[in-house]
Amino acid sequence: MKPKVGVLLSRVRVEEKLLIQELEKRNADSEILDDRQIVFDIQGNDWRRYDVVLERCVSHSRALYSLLLFRDWGVPTVNTYEVAENCGNKLLTTSALVRAGVPTPVTKIAFTPESALAAIEEMGYPVVLKPGVGSWGRLLSKINDREAAETVLEHKQVLGSYHHSIYYIQEYIEKPGRDIRAFVVGDETICAIYRDSSHWITNTARGGVATNCPVTLELHELCVAGAKAIGGGVVALDIFEDPHRGLLVNEINYTMEFRNSIDTTGVNIPARVVDYVLQVAEGNV
Amino acid sequence: MSAECPECGAEIELAGDTIVHEIVVCPDCGTELEVIDLDPPTLAHAPDEEEDWGE
Repeated sequence: MKPKVGVLLSRVRVEEKLLIQELEKRNADSEILDDRQIVFDIQGNDWRRYDVVLERCVSHSRALYSLLLFRDWGVPTVNTYEVAENCGNKLLTTSALVRAGVPTPVTKIAFTPESALAAIEEMGYPVVLKPGVGSWGRLLSKINDREAAETVLEHKQVLGSYHHSIYYIQEYIEKPGRDIRAFVVGDETICAIYRDSSHWITNTARGGVATNCPVTLELHELCVAGAKAIGGGVVALDIFEDPHRGLLVNEINYTMEFRNSIDTTGVNIPARVVDYVLQVAEGNV
Repeated sequence: MSAECPECGAEIELAGDTIVHEIVVCPDCGTELEVIDLDPPTLAHAPDEEEDWGE
């Protein structure tokens, strides 16, 4: 029987189109679930008609709560609610990585501008302030001195919503003009790219240029360990190359974007993702 | 098939395998658009980026 796959999404970008086309090639019975129109009846539903739901929302909030409800109703998802929760909030990601012994930049958390400033002064400049929830390089602040720290902390406290008063403070890593984006599917690091940028923020969304990065044994083992730390599945890890400590896992993304990485790496990423999704549908993962 | 850009009125050629909800960018004005229907082909402004959008 054809596996019934729900594809939960906000919009059909290049990635979603490639995944849907791959599902069609495999003769899966796929159905788009538009997160702008979906209504979850918590008391009664027939979501179990899906063998698996592939989450591809652009909105973290919609993804998170959808995955929670699917989980509670026993519907397998890629990725799981736990992975979305751990990856969607950088505080949770870093805590999971540290508990698992995965190398990651030094990070401190504070809840007031005063305690955050004290932490920053102790860490020494520069540091990086990040919102706990955020992506695409948005709202990252490289703090070079005390004046900048005082200004940014005040702005976050006054202008931001309450979650901007959870101060996530990370040491600044002197990268070699690039970082690494590695793609993990299950227990394999399938491919990786370098993202070169003269700017300290290297997201391709902010102009970083992708080239192939060979997956060494060291990179593979680090990425699989990082993926396992947050619950496993289909994830993309952002890795820094520290001049003294080597590879450090910075962040982990659970609704990975890969349009610039297929030709660059020569790896059919959507096919590998769909392999995994269909394995989950068959109960093999 | 083609559809009109709701922002600038340009006629935009759509690929034969275009599907509903697909995002296209108007080559004339650069506006990000969403395919909201295929019969007939119809475009609307794509939703704006929100604070929790990303990977």
